[in-house]
Amino acid sequence: MKFLRNIFDSAHKTLNSSEKTKKFFPLIDAFDTLMFTPNHVTSNGSHVRDAIDLKRTMMLVIIALVPCLLFGIYNTGYQHFRVLGELDNVSFWEIALKGAFVVLPLVVVSYAAGLFVEFIFAIKNGHTVQEGFLVSGMLIPLCMPADVPLWMVAVATIFAVVIGKEVFGGTGMNILNVALTARAFLFFAHPTKMSGNEVWVTGFSKMKADGLVDSSSGATALGDLASFMQDTPALENTQAFQAKYSFMDSFLGFIPGSVGETSALMCLIGAALLLWTGIASWRVIFSFFLGGFLMATILNLVGGNGYFELPAIHQLMIGGFMFGMVFMATDPVTAAHTNAGKFVYGFLGGFLGILIRMVNPAYPEGIMLAILIANVFAPLIDHVVIQSNINRRLKRLKTV
Amino acid sequence: MKITVKKGLDISMKGVPDKIMSEASLSTHYALKPSDYPNLTPKLLIKEGDEVKCGTPIFCDKYNDVVIFVSPASGLVDKIIRGEKRRILAVTISSDGNFTQLNTKPKDYSNLSREELKSDLLTSGLWPLIRMRPIDIIANPKDSPKSIFISSFDTNPLSPDYDFIMHNKSAEFNAGIELLKILGKCPVNLQVRNDSDDVFLNAENVEKNVVKGPHPSGNVGVQIHEIDPLNKGEVIWYVNPQDVMIIGRFSLTGVYDASKVICVGGENISDKKYLKTISGSSINSILKDSVVSENSRIISGSPLTGEIVEIDGFLGNYHHQISVIPEGNTYKFFLNDGWLSPGFSRFSASKAYPTWLLPKSKTYQFDTNLNGEERSFVVSGQYEKVFPFDIYPVQLIKSIITNDIEKMENLGIYEVSPEDFALCEFVCTSKINIQEIVRNGLDLIYKECM
Repeated sequence: MKFLRNIFDSAHKTLNSSEKTKKFFPLIDAFDTLMFTPNHVTSNGSHVRDAIDLKRTMMLVIIALVPCLLFGIYNTGYQHFRVLGELDNVSFWEIALKGAFVVLPLVVVSYAAGLFVEFIFAIKNGHTVQEGFLVSGMLIPLCMPADVPLWMVAVATIFAVVIGKEVFGGTGMNILNVALTARAFLFFAHPTKMSGNEVWVTGFSKMKADGLVDSSSGATALGDLASFMQDTPALENTQAFQAKYSFMDSFLGFIPGSVGETSALMCLIGAALLLWTGIASWRVIFSFFLGGFLMATILNLVGGNGYFELPAIHQLMIGGFMFGMVFMATDPVTAAHTNAGKFVYGFLGGFLGILIRMVNPAYPEGIMLAILIANVFAPLIDHVVIQSNINRRLKRLKTV
Repeated sequence: MKITVKKGLDISMKGVPDKIMSEASLSTHYALKPSDYPNLTPKLLIKEGDEVKCGTPIFCDKYNDVVIFVSPASGLVDKIIRGEKRRILAVTISSDGNFTQLNTKPKDYSNLSREELKSDLLTSGLWPLIRMRPIDIIANPKDSPKSIFISSFDTNPLSPDYDFIMHNKSAEFNAGIELLKILGKCPVNLQVRNDSDDVFLNAENVEKNVVKGPHPSGNVGVQIHEIDPLNKGEVIWYVNPQDVMIIGRFSLTGVYDASKVICVGGENISDKKYLKTISGSSINSILKDSVVSENSRIISGSPLTGEIVEIDGFLGNYHHQISVIPEGNTYKFFLNDGWLSPGFSRFSASKAYPTWLLPKSKTYQFDTNLNGEERSFVVSGQYEKVFPFDIYPVQLIKSIITNDIEKMENLGIYEVSPEDFALCEFVCTSKINIQEIVRNGLDLIYKECM
């Protein structure tokens, strides 16, 4: 410990020795504060402080994401071999290794690109690096298709951090969820790499070129569902869909999809940790689920095609609904800030998510768009809540 | 009236003072510090070397010169300590040990008019003990308050127990209340707990309200909010129970006797007990018989709201406790002591540390480390859990940061004081100095709107 401390102290000293290098202090500071809580003391006011800090808060979110990450790695390999029809011939470790080779580079690129931008802004603006991106950097790869080109991840991450966050003033000031901004950027800028039937299973385009598979076998559950709304559905009816994507597979996550989103179970494990430690707002998660379930039930009752007839609970287990609900919608910066507002915000997100997904099949991933819309509405929702508090106070003044 | 405060937090700190009453050694020097009184610009009425008695005016409020501040002891004016821009930091008096009084004639105040009583309290130097909400400054003698609040208990960590201090002091306490009643011409609200001492439960001429709940239920701000909320244009006065007693003593004897009992607590002081002392006494005299550990911070007041004092400093006029806690000016390695440690020995209101799983009776070591670095507002809903007002704390703080007076008014700035935000500051993940921000906001409102 003492040894490490000396290294940091001398590094600070070296940087501080010249005016030119002084501005690079965030570089050392970020690693120093990662290893050591600084010796900063309180001034007047509250002389003692709670042990919590932003690093621990963010770290708990990352820990909550680990089940999704690990399962995502496994499922990436699993889908690859499933489509090839070789599942019976490969071991668990071969599957996991295949997935790791695809997913870990995504994680590395996302962190490298994002932290690079964060450090540049920190040095330029002369402040320390805030911890916000630690979570965004993990969320970005988990909401991407496995076969997205790495350069796209880098570009999207840089776009999201610069335009989504830094132009608003950095961590805590952004309006839109950073990870979803990255995803939405790619979704609209490079739709062929972010949607369709050929991006979800790693190595799919090569398999197709080799004539090993046809394009329909790479579809996601949502893709197949959306085809119900077209003239030539991929599947006959809801029963055929449920046979292909059983509820259990959807819940456990053995279906194609974005890297970390497929397993509802892993999302629920993450949610349990976040709720248990009080990091995520139960108000958002609860109302988001309620909103989604209600919309899915309404469309259930409307019926009329294979998509609408899928049971609501199964509907919520596929696609990014659970992942978005647990990890994206609960982002405290972009969610509503008032407790009452959180209910409205969450409900809006879930409700719109399923609505967009089902009624506008051009955007099968409606959850991403719905959360971004809810992010935009969050300040308005808060405004209404706060205005009612103000009115209550004014009313009291009048009655006196 | 019965009130249950639901939101809040009791901080279980090590070093709670034992219920032992002893006599502090008599201070050789006393100080009056203008910094004890927010927003005060003092105007000196004496010069160094002048002879003073107990009750001799030392300085007055430059903009309201009827409000005077008097010497707690007799002797000579020792030093006028000035800081930047010749701002007066303190006036010290070297005591002759005799406590000769300027005035010794008691009056029968029950027959006096409000105006006569007011002018007597002003000239006696007791007026500054009466403070007002909004703004949380010394009461303005020109105001007519809508009620007066006295909180008979303090819920701060390591705080003094007034039930213990004021046991059998009914005569002085009731005499004080009688004067306040004449002075305010309004109801006097005394907040008690179910098991308060008889001095409070049997107090006369007051509306008693039974309050339950964690800190900050003992803060008058919370009590006012629950019992008689403040609106723009209204004023409420409040007085600490021991200060009521000092006023009562004046009523009974006619002398300015600022002696009071304070408690000394905290992990880094050897004797944790209650001490009889006098307002403005030197910290040296109070801590004389105890050992202060090395690398300690001495706080005049509570660890949540008090002020740093040096060992050669002086007790604050509104403070009834001294807390001595370890300085946290050391690095904490992240795995064993820092942000990624299991944290069984670290106190946190958040569930990210295991505090909430451990028995409530466990007490914790605290030091003055910030436990992190200042950050932007990120976590939401955190302040609301410990802030028992129908006010949105984060939004109010943001309106203060942006100097938006209209928004501050709308969001309820008239109802709060910095101490009401002490717990928000304590729990803040982003380590923002909220009490300072609130004080600045109140100062701005005072300048622009009062």
